[in-house]
Amino acid sequence: MAKILSVVERAYHGTIEEQDDTILWLSHMIKNAGTDISVLLRGNAVNYGVMGQDASGLTFGEVQMDVPPTLDTDVLNLIAADVPTYVVSEDLDDRGIQRNEIADGLKVISRSELADLFDSHDSIWHW
Amino acid sequence: MARYLLIESRDPFEFADTTYMYELAGDLCAKGNNVTLFLIQNGVFCARRNVKDNPVAALRGNAPDVQVQADDFSLRERGISAGTLAEGITVSNVDELVDQLVESDTKIVWH
Amino acid sequence: MATLTIALMDSPYESGTTTTAMRIADAAVRKGHNVNVFAYEGAVSLTMRDQAPHPNPVKGTTVEEQDHPTTANFVAGLLATGKVDWINCGMCVDERGAGNWIDGARRGAPGDLVAWSNESDNTLIMGTR
Repeated sequence: MAKILSVVERAYHGTIEEQDDTILWLSHMIKNAGTDISVLLRGNAVNYGVMGQDASGLTFGEVQMDVPPTLDTDVLNLIAADVPTYVVSEDLDDRGIQRNEIADGLKVISRSELADLFDSHDSIWHW
Repeated sequence: MARYLLIESRDPFEFADTTYMYELAGDLCAKGNNVTLFLIQNGVFCARRNVKDNPVAALRGNAPDVQVQADDFSLRERGISAGTLAEGITVSNVDELVDQLVESDTKIVWH
Repeated sequence: MATLTIALMDSPYESGTTTTAMRIADAAVRKGHNVNVFAYEGAVSLTMRDQAPHPNPVKGTTVEEQDHPTTANFVAGLLATGKVDWINCGMCVDERGAGNWIDGARRGAPGDLVAWSNESDNTLIMGTR
């Protein structure tokens, strides 16, 4: 079975309506099915690793959104599920994100290490 | 050593992040991989010779072994003629792209 | 002959990626290959049966003159080759109310993408932006 690297870069598109990032969700589903999968957060998606995200409190008329997305917890759950989860250091730096803001267990790698990361997987699912 | 097919559908005028694929192509090539960068859709906006700060030219300088191809339909759709292309870009097409896509030992990266 | 699996995310008429995916599928089929398409998120709407062509009031053309394409028609053309299998992600369909689709498409789940990927010669993931 191929070892898959799932690359997530698009962030906060539809996450309120879906209560998930669709690719983090898909990657976790695939892991649960027994696939050897890793996740790379790059671009704006590095912010998914930031702790303390809060998308609660939205109302639309009398309609309340009682179950908001919890992307930081989703990242922690991926890590807890033994999905190696990487984040690009320069993409953190570009956005002013400090290392103490991000989830424990995230593997911080530099852009220059991406080629090795790609080489270590059989298939690249670049969403 | 692996074979990589990087397909770039974006351009640096709309997406500031596009140099990522060019840098990745160069890095993968530097590690001894066989790398093709296939420009399609708005990715071909980098194909003109006169593009300012052209990432294709930079890639050609850093990693001349990377094969840079551009989709003929995407070029034609945008009125970009073969005679105006930057040095090192080969006009290709979806038929040839498919030949690469179905190779089981090719790692595909769509962006 | 090979089998290529393609995953798509874009909804109809929003991105050139949809056209590119159709072009790739068409070219692959013409070369004798088999193509699997896993439609995820907005791409499940590509096959919606009720898509209808319209006239173009700016150009002053009728429906017939404009010959407006629909993605469902494109997919139908690919399915008619007998070389293309198409699965719509069921949860994505449900949350969009997009269940009324053309003949030939099937309902599935992310596990189908994994199974296809494992069985195929290669997999092309075409994300959205």
